[in-house]
Amino acid sequence: MNRIIVCVKPVPDPKHWDKLSMDPETKTLKREGIPNIMNPLDKHALEAALALRESHGGEVVLLSMAPPFAKTTIREGLAMGADRAVILSDRVFSGSDSLATAEILAAGCRWIGDFDIVLCGNQSIDGSTAQVCSQLAEMLDLPNVMHVTGLEESAGDNLIITQKIENGYVKLASGVPVVLSVRKEINKPRYTSFAGILAAESKEITMLSNKDLCVDLERIGLVGSLTKMAGLEVRKSERKKEKLEGTIDDIVEKLVERIYQYGVIEG
Amino acid sequence: MDKKRNRDVWVFAEQRNSELHDVSLELLGKARELADRAGGKIAAVLMGCQIRGISRTLINHGADTVYVADDPELENYRLLPYTHVFENLIKEHKPDIVLVGATAMGVELAPRLAARLRTGLSAHCIDLKLDERGDLLQVVPGWGGGIVATIACPDHRPQMSTVMPGAMRALMQEERKGKVEDVPVDLPDSNMGPEILEIERVVAGEQPLEKADVVVAGGWGVGNEENWELLEELARLLGGTVGATRPPVDEGWAREGQMIGQSGKTVRPTLYIGAGISGAMHHVVGMDQSKHIININSNPDADIFETSDVIVTEDFKKILPPLIEKIKSRIGKR
Repeated sequence: MNRIIVCVKPVPDPKHWDKLSMDPETKTLKREGIPNIMNPLDKHALEAALALRESHGGEVVLLSMAPPFAKTTIREGLAMGADRAVILSDRVFSGSDSLATAEILAAGCRWIGDFDIVLCGNQSIDGSTAQVCSQLAEMLDLPNVMHVTGLEESAGDNLIITQKIENGYVKLASGVPVVLSVRKEINKPRYTSFAGILAAESKEITMLSNKDLCVDLERIGLVGSLTKMAGLEVRKSERKKEKLEGTIDDIVEKLVERIYQYGVIEG
Repeated sequence: MDKKRNRDVWVFAEQRNSELHDVSLELLGKARELADRAGGKIAAVLMGCQIRGISRTLINHGADTVYVADDPELENYRLLPYTHVFENLIKEHKPDIVLVGATAMGVELAPRLAARLRTGLSAHCIDLKLDERGDLLQVVPGWGGGIVATIACPDHRPQMSTVMPGAMRALMQEERKGKVEDVPVDLPDSNMGPEILEIERVVAGEQPLEKADVVVAGGWGVGNEENWELLEELARLLGGTVGATRPPVDEGWAREGQMIGQSGKTVRPTLYIGAGISGAMHHVVGMDQSKHIININSNPDADIFETSDVIVTEDFKKILPPLIEKIKSRIGKR
């Protein structure tokens, strides 16, 4: 392998999602005070890239579309073992839907250039559209495979890919370049060593804006997003929440009554 | 509503091994509702090899037209050939809405297709409706399901959505009229992507979760495989199926196909009984449309109680054995 690009996304730590609130005026989510982590599946993508580099050489480059403060999260990926990172950061990128994001990441991939594989996590935990892998590949005019749970290099720069489907697996042979997105079953991401953290300090992070990428402004950001947010609400439950009290026998008796009332068993 | 506009609703009819995925029939059910309101027709797009026979099922579930692309090159799903055929059909007929199941195949195919057509796509929809102009409103869960967003695609066509399996209801199968149109398959010589070496299928023997009238679900709190047996037993007794949150699947007590929630299945049985479930939104989004919900969890502060009709704050291990016995004896007496 020559060069592997790993797309990573900083996402708000789900441990703090109870602090998410909605701005009633703008109908946007307020995420203040919620720390970022690297999207968990992206660590599996990075691990897959590092494993390929270990057996076949090459360079692993992180690519992220993120605000400048995401550097901290990106550095975690460098500490895990990536060689360098490129962050795409510009106000004009904000509000991008999956297609607009794919446009920007594709421009980032072209800027880095000369890659064999682009690896992504199958989906992010925040938006979880799982759409970026296929759309990025379409923008790059390359084949892609999602749901990857196995990846090996075979003779002549070919890849043997295992793809998880419902009730089974598909084994595929692919040339490069190709865009792949992985599921968590593919591997167990390595722990970051102290030496890794130290080494990451001196690794290169390139910050690029749209001045460098020159993506058509009509195709990115809020303006370039073809999907529009028509509403946003926090889910509320309207359930009865009737608490059954008493001894175990009382409770069981009431449960049996309810189950019969619901008509799921006859009698 | 603008009457002149094409209001046709299309559904991707997903098949593997000549077996139609249930979500395709569910989508036809929703498509019927949308098309009837907007005054459009429904078409199903079926690709494969020697699969024309499936057209009847699609028509009987609501399709007015079935476009059949039948070709050895399409026998097994491959992303680029399928995208190519689908793209040409859409460009030729210009449907207003295209619905695809959020399956392994659908979530790979739909984004690629939307990018090629340069139109908007919303992911993992749990509901679809039309606004007053007849434009599609797509309801999607985000942030682990804790937030629900409504997405529109006002300026581009077709409006595309992937829809969670189990979230829509299929129409009853009945003799209906419809036509079958053969689609010429003409793949370009360019790179058509990876080549299939092997397809391995693991056959699941039991009743699919999405179809069960009773779902007994367990979470991390079930504790071990032996306790998991209690859920299996209760489910058998009630003629239901066992579902799970993520941890029991990770622990190996339950299979991947049993997972309910954002990255699993959507269920809406008549009765859902949960044991040892904390109530992470990832799970809740897949079960909160159940008709009746009973939850048993010894933690009185468990979030799942917010989404419950009946709450039992006891250890499920104390409740399930006598519950099973009571039901058994009542069934026995009948």
